[in-house]
Amino acid sequence: MSAISELSTLSKTRAEPARRENLAAYLFLAPWLVGLVLITVGPMLASLYLAFTDYNLLEAPTWIGVENFTRMFADERLHNSLRVTFIYVLVSVPLQLALALLLAVVLDRGLRGMAFYRSVFYLPSLLGSSVAIAILWRQVFGGEGLINHVLGWLGVAGRSWIADPESALWTLVTLNVWTFGAPMVIFLAGLRQIPRMYYEAAAVDGAGPLRRFANITMPLLTPIIFFNLVLQIIHAFQAFTQAFVVSGGTGGPSDSTMFYTLYLYERGFGKFDMGYASAMAWVLLVIIAVFTAGNFVASKYWVHYDD
Amino acid sequence: MTIRTALKHVALGATILIMLYPVIWMVVSSLRPGDEIFREPGLLITDLEIENYTLGWNALGHPFSHYLMNSALVVLGAIVGNLVSCSMAAYAFARLEFIGKKFWFAIMLMTIMLPIHVLIVPQYVMFSEVGWVNTFLPLVVPKLLATDAFFVFLMVQFIRGIPRELDEAARIDGCGRARIFLRVILPLMVPALATTAIFTFIWTWNDFFSQLIYLTDPEMYTVPIALRSFVDATSSTSWGSLFAMSVVSLAPVFLAFLVGQRFLIKGIATTGGK
Repeated sequence: MSAISELSTLSKTRAEPARRENLAAYLFLAPWLVGLVLITVGPMLASLYLAFTDYNLLEAPTWIGVENFTRMFADERLHNSLRVTFIYVLVSVPLQLALALLLAVVLDRGLRGMAFYRSVFYLPSLLGSSVAIAILWRQVFGGEGLINHVLGWLGVAGRSWIADPESALWTLVTLNVWTFGAPMVIFLAGLRQIPRMYYEAAAVDGAGPLRRFANITMPLLTPIIFFNLVLQIIHAFQAFTQAFVVSGGTGGPSDSTMFYTLYLYERGFGKFDMGYASAMAWVLLVIIAVFTAGNFVASKYWVHYDD
Repeated sequence: MTIRTALKHVALGATILIMLYPVIWMVVSSLRPGDEIFREPGLLITDLEIENYTLGWNALGHPFSHYLMNSALVVLGAIVGNLVSCSMAAYAFARLEFIGKKFWFAIMLMTIMLPIHVLIVPQYVMFSEVGWVNTFLPLVVPKLLATDAFFVFLMVQFIRGIPRELDEAARIDGCGRARIFLRVILPLMVPALATTAIFTFIWTWNDFFSQLIYLTDPEMYTVPIALRSFVDATSSTSWGSLFAMSVVSLAPVFLAFLVGQRFLIKGIATTGGK
C-alpha cells in the first residue's frame, strides 16, 4: 500500500467520529430493540397492569386493585397447582442432573464410542418436548401399556399409571428425567476442562477413583452443576406440553398433574379470566426469580470458582 | 482394565436400550394392526400393516400433509427471522462500541430467562387486536425481532472467537461496518448460523404452547396441534394410526438431529441450551 493511500485511510479513520459507530450499532440493534419494546417489555408492563384488573378480552379491563392476588389466597386449585409444580421441579431436576452427571463421568476419559453415546443420550432432550412423545407416554404408562407388560413378567400387578392420581405426576417426572442428555453434554464439556495432571498427581499419591471423584471432579465441576441447576429449575417451572397432552388438557386425574402453567392456561384461555391469569404469571415470575436468587446466594457456600 | 471397559459398554448399551425402547417400539407398533399395540410389547412384526399410515394421514379434516406444510411454513419463517435479526444484534454486541452497551447486553441476557407465560396474555391481546390470531404472524414476526435472545447470546460468543485482525484488515481496505458484517463476519460464523437454524427448526417444530394459543382454526393447525386434536378424537382402536402420525411428526426432528448433531452438541456445550 502506498504512503498516500495509507495516509488517506488514516485520515478517513481519524475523521470518523465515535458517533458514527454509535449510530451503526443502533442500526444493527434496531430489530432487537423494536422486539424488546413491542414483544417483551411492553407486554410485561401490560400484564403487570392487567394483573390489577378484571378483564375478559371482550370488555375493557376494570381496575380492581389487589383483588386478583387476594383471590389467590382462597383458591384451592391454585394451591394444589403450586404443590404439584413444586414436587415436579424439586424431584425431577435433582434426579435428572444426578443421572446426567453419572453418565457424563462414565463417558469421560477417552471411552471408545463416546461421541456415539453422547449423541444417543442427547436425542431424548430433542424429542422430549414433542406432542408425539407425550402420546407415547400415555400409552406406555396406560392400563394396558408397555410398563404393565414388563411388570406382568415380574409378577407385579399393574394399574393405569396415567389414570391414577397417586402416580400420574410421577409419569411426568420420569419424562423429565428421561431428557437428561442436554445437561449431560454440558457436564461433559465441563469435565474436559479439568486438567489431567490433577488426576495423575492424585493417583501417584494413592487416591482411589472414588476419592479422586470426591476431591477433584466434584469441587471443580461445581460451577457447571450450579449452572445446570439454575437452568433446569427455570425450565421445569415452565413445563406445560407434557402435562397438557398426557392429561388430555385437563391436568387430571383429580388435578394431580395440574401444573401451575396449565392452571394459568385454563384461567386465561379457557375461562378468559385474563386479569387473574396475568396476576398468576407475575407470581410465577416472582417464584422463579426467588428460586434463582436463592440459588445464587446458596452457591457462595458450595460452588468453587478458580482463584 | 479391558473387562472394566467391556462392562462399561454393556452398561451403557443397556441404558440406551431401556431409554430408547419405547420410541423404537412406537415405530414398530405403528406398522402393526391397532389392537396388537396393547398386546404385543415385543419388536417382532408378524403381519405388516401399512394401513395405519394411510388411515392416520386422512383421519383429520385435512390430509396430514396440510399440517406438515403449515409447520414447515412456520419453521421456515422462524429460521429466516432468527438468522437475520439475531446475527445483526450479535454483531453489534460483540464488535461495536456504543452508548449503553453493557446495559442492553444485561437486558438481553435477562430476557433469555423470562418465562413466556408473563408475556402471553398481553401478546395475545395485542395480536388479536391487529387480527393476527389464526395466522402464522404471531409465531414468525417476533423471531424477525430477535426475541429468541438465546441465539443472540450464542452468536455473540461465537463472534468473540473470530480474530479482530480480520475486521481491522477489512476496515483498512475501506469497508464500512455493514460490509464487514456481510463479507467478513457472516461467512466466518456459518457454524453458529447452522446451530441456530437447527435449534430453531427443532424447537419451533415441537413448540406447542404458542401454537395452541394462536392457531384455533383447523385450517391453520400445525403438526403438534393436529396431533393433539387427533388424541382427543381417538378411541382405543385407532392407536395404530395415532402412532403412525406421531412417527411422521418425529421424523423431521430425527433427521435434523442426524444431520446437525455436531452443531447441536457444540451449541449446548458452549452456551448451555435447554
